[in-house]
Amino acid sequence: MLEKGTVAPDFELNATPDQKIKLSDFKGKNVILAFYPADWSPVCGDQMALYNEMLKYFSKHDAQMIGISVDSTWCHNAFQQDRKLHFPLLADFEPKGEVSKAYGVYDDEVGESKRALFVIDKDGNIAWSYLSPTAVNPGADGILDALENIDKK
Amino acid sequence: MSTLKPEVGSNDHVTGAASAAITIVEFGDYQCPHCAHAYPIIKEIEQTFGDQIKFVFRHFPLQESHEFAFQAAVAAEAAALQGKFWEMHDAIYDNQYRLSDDLFSELAETIGLDIEQFEKDIQTETVKQKVEDDFESGVRSGVNGTPSFYVNETKFDGGPEDLFEMLKESAE
Repeated sequence: MLEKGTVAPDFELNATPDQKIKLSDFKGKNVILAFYPADWSPVCGDQMALYNEMLKYFSKHDAQMIGISVDSTWCHNAFQQDRKLHFPLLADFEPKGEVSKAYGVYDDEVGESKRALFVIDKDGNIAWSYLSPTAVNPGADGILDALENIDKK
Repeated sequence: MSTLKPEVGSNDHVTGAASAAITIVEFGDYQCPHCAHAYPIIKEIEQTFGDQIKFVFRHFPLQESHEFAFQAAVAAEAAALQGKFWEMHDAIYDNQYRLSDDLFSELAETIGLDIEQFEKDIQTETVKQKVEDDFESGVRSGVNGTPSFYVNETKFDGGPEDLFEMLKESAE
């Protein structure tokens, strides 16, 4: 897993069937990358739904939330509409898991991204990263602490 | 390990003995089915352990998933201004299956609130801010879904049944 201080590898992934998003599109903004195993986890307040409720706390720190999993854009679309998510979900779909692998958070055995968080600062450097046990939703307190530390600099 | 931020204070709704050795804090959402499931188990915990525990409820409404969650939390805060937080808290969970815009005034009447005052209070920034403050404290404390429990300020990784088990074991 890529650690604090590393330059965050740039990537370009589909957010919708006809829209691509590049990490470098967000230069000058903080970015939170949340890799997660799959859409449609069955609990209320699952990780993505939780972040969705917290977007205003992230935007206070000028931070863009981005979710990434190996699900396809069509699957992301349906999930996003169902949960009313107001941030992009990127499809690490083809070649499968390429970006997750670049960040060192791909699980080869199950063929999904691990549950991992990266906070990337305005210059494109990784300011904080965290790998959560796959079954455990890590919440957002670590993200907020990391964003606060960036603001202090 | 995530800890409760801020600690339990005078703004919190507390039930149980002030001298209790164990403080349980729940972050809950009035429209969340898992919280409704937890509600009778918490009651059972309170009955079983009596003076040994006190119970605190903080709001964690998932507004995007649950359209009545924020409104319900506001209703409970407005009831608190008339000294009836827990009555409203209980009434909402008892009636979760029929949540609607009109339910809160009906419940306010059932639990004997001054309705005119209640209708005024639910519009105020103060009660909305209290709910927002609770939510933010949850974010800062590492809440990762509802219900989330804290035992003596430390996050408890488990559901209400696990909590009950743990308390029984530690009482032995």
